[in-house]
Amino acid sequence: MPSYHLDHLQHLETEAIHIMREVAGEFERPALLFSGGKDSICLLRLAEKAFRPSDLPTPLLNVDTGHHFPELNEFRDRRAKQLGAKLIVRTVEDAIAKGIAQPAPGEISRNQLQIPVLLAAIEEFRFDCCIGGARRDEEKARAKERFFSFRDSFGQWDPKNQRPEIWNLYNGRLNPGENMRVFPLSNWTEMDVWEYIKREKLEVPSIYFSHRRSAVRRAGQWLPVNDLIPPRPNEEVRELTVRVRTIGDIISTGLVESPAEDVDDIIAEIAAARVTERGSRADDKASEAAMEDRKKAGYF
Amino acid sequence: MFTEDALSAPPVTIPVDILRFNTCGSVDDGKSTLIGRLLYDSKSLMEDQLEALERSADITGGGQINLANLTDGLRAEREQGITIDVAYRYFATPRRKFIIADTPGHVQYTRNMVTGASLSNLSIVLVDARLGVIEQSRRHTALAALLRIPHLVVAINKMDLVGWSEARFHEIRAQFEEFLPRLAIKDVKFIPLSALNGDNVVEPSVHTPWYVGPTLLGHLESVHIASDWNLSGFRFPVQWVNRPHNPKDAALHDFRGFSGQIAGGIVRASQKVVALPAGITTTVKQIWTYDGPVPEAFCPQSVTLVLEHDIDISRGSMLIGLDDNLPGASSDLQAEICWMHPRPLQKGKKYYLKHTAQTVQVVVAEITHRLNLSTFDAEPEPAELAVNDLGQVRLRAAKPLVFDGYATNRLTGSFILIEPGTNATVAAGMLHPPREVVKPENGDYVI
Ligand SMILES: Nc1nc2c(ncn2[C@@H]2O[C@H](COP(=O)(O)OP(=O)(O)O)[C@@H](O)[C@H]2O)c(=O)[nH]1
Ligand SMILES: [Mg+2]
Repeated sequence: MPSYHLDHLQHLETEAIHIMREVAGEFERPALLFSGGKDSICLLRLAEKAFRPSDLPTPLLNVDTGHHFPELNEFRDRRAKQLGAKLIVRTVEDAIAKGIAQPAPGEISRNQLQIPVLLAAIEEFRFDCCIGGARRDEEKARAKERFFSFRDSFGQWDPKNQRPEIWNLYNGRLNPGENMRVFPLSNWTEMDVWEYIKREKLEVPSIYFSHRRSAVRRAGQWLPVNDLIPPRPNEEVRELTVRVRTIGDIISTGLVESPAEDVDDIIAEIAAARVTERGSRADDKASEAAMEDRKKAGYF
Repeated sequence: MFTEDALSAPPVTIPVDILRFNTCGSVDDGKSTLIGRLLYDSKSLMEDQLEALERSADITGGGQINLANLTDGLRAEREQGITIDVAYRYFATPRRKFIIADTPGHVQYTRNMVTGASLSNLSIVLVDARLGVIEQSRRHTALAALLRIPHLVVAINKMDLVGWSEARFHEIRAQFEEFLPRLAIKDVKFIPLSALNGDNVVEPSVHTPWYVGPTLLGHLESVHIASDWNLSGFRFPVQWVNRPHNPKDAALHDFRGFSGQIAGGIVRASQKVVALPAGITTTVKQIWTYDGPVPEAFCPQSVTLVLEHDIDISRGSMLIGLDDNLPGASSDLQAEICWMHPRPLQKGKKYYLKHTAQTVQVVVAEITHRLNLSTFDAEPEPAELAVNDLGQVRLRAAKPLVFDGYATNRLTGSFILIEPGTNATVAAGMLHPPREVVKPENGDYVI
């Protein structure tokens, strides 16, 4: 006698597949934002589950800040190839050269500059929808996000005026120039993502696992030693056994000391963790409303 | 940051089910504080979240931690001390995983409540013990009933401000019991608590020796959630036609599947199904999934069906089973609706209606009645439905919908209305059962 029962991962999976197919059904030119990070790795598997045996109906899009971990880009390119998916990369470097993005004087971080690059790519390819791997449990402003998140013709999010989202009926209607961001993993937690990676036996970039790396102590965190902001003489540098828990740019991604060698280790580590994954991202710590401000301006 | 023994911790057991719930009540009843308290006392908060909470307390709270800041994620919310939009929170105990929607109670309360609650297993209606039942309590309870949320908790909050009075608790309970019989709610639990101090939230309170029931978390962990999903009457709204057009692979060259999420019932390979609205009977040749073909699949799984015959099916078509539970097919629709937009609903206006995977045009043929939330009486034929009104309407659709009554199937019995031009989602609708069901024994249905 079959039980007709879905466990929580199967529930989250079918919810996400349904959303992916709604995107394919309602939009003309959708794109899937793929960074090579753990959340977008899950997105890709869900896209396979939603659309195979057909080809994926969306190209993959990545905004390359030029400050990515090399391991991440290598993985991104390889995975796209394995899937036979079209990968579009637009770089901040290039956008600066073309005058699309203007760095603030003295600002090294490329975080803010991803926004104009993404918006320019949306315009270039006339994408009407971008599927992203953001999760509500990551951050307080994200916790207010809908599955179908409407953006006006400037790419802006208006949190006070979101479309109600009821049952599984998503309103994808747009006027010209407007855009939708769709987040199929909205209801997933960090733990769900790793349990799914385990269940689906998904490969992830090597930096998620424990490795030796020189790290510099900066603003209460260990950051990878890098050429962009080299250690100053008064800063402590150490050779540590670390991994990354969430991947941002190389200058802002905190390293966690960890012996975790495989996905089981990571799951055990998260179960016992006392800080959130975003606790290791300097870009979110900038202020209480750092994420909210970036999202309003058109961030993922 | 991570301790060594994290790695020697026992293997994590995956909790078996998810309870979705939402909090509702009027402004300042303590919804955000209650959620903060649930997270805080169940040790679901992480150190950096606590640090951020303490930082903001130093700046804005005169040193007092404000638990509401945990869900009030927007700057304007923290500045004004109110919740602006639905916030979602996630936590797990060894017994269950929880998805919480904090649904604010001010101007847009119907919009927010419907957004936060449409898929809830349980709603918590907060009441300020000093104020007792107010208009908002009645509205929220009526909405929970209309949405057919199976379980209701009436959380009588701020008991610390009424001296933990048992008499007051029973007085408020009696106020509810006066109107509850008029609403379709099966299971109601009353819990006296103080969200601010944590009494009866996670830990039992020393102040309420007269209360013998569970704490709020105890109740959330143990309430029986009967399957939300309807397993009788196969319904498969087609979302996407899966055609690989693969010129190289012979097996894929002719593959034609229909992808969707099962919205009701069970489907088995080689069973007969009817494609509506075409009305053609065919057989399921294969239930295709990424992980391989399966002999059967059930609601709410997402699958791709390959059929025996090449028939005209596209997004918005519905495949159904041939058992006793047949849907209706009609362009004349009777429904309860929650109106969510400042521009009122009026007779004769046209909207887009999204139902399952299709969008059709409808015109408002009649506003049958409006629900008076003070008396729960139906006021016949109002001129319009204004923002936050609940009422009953008759709609005429440009083409027939294949549907069930909302009470039978949430997924095939619900719709939203979209205003042309602005594309605003203006209403949530719950269909009445069809007056007539489709008749597949009719010869027309067989090829
Ligand atoms: N005394 C007392 N105050 C409370 C209690 N729960 C909440 N409050 C206070 O009531 C106010 C409104 O709370 P909040 O959670 O923002 O209400 P919401 O608008 O329903 O989200 C805040 O000042 C809280 O500290 C309680 O149980 N007792
Ligand atoms: Mg609130």
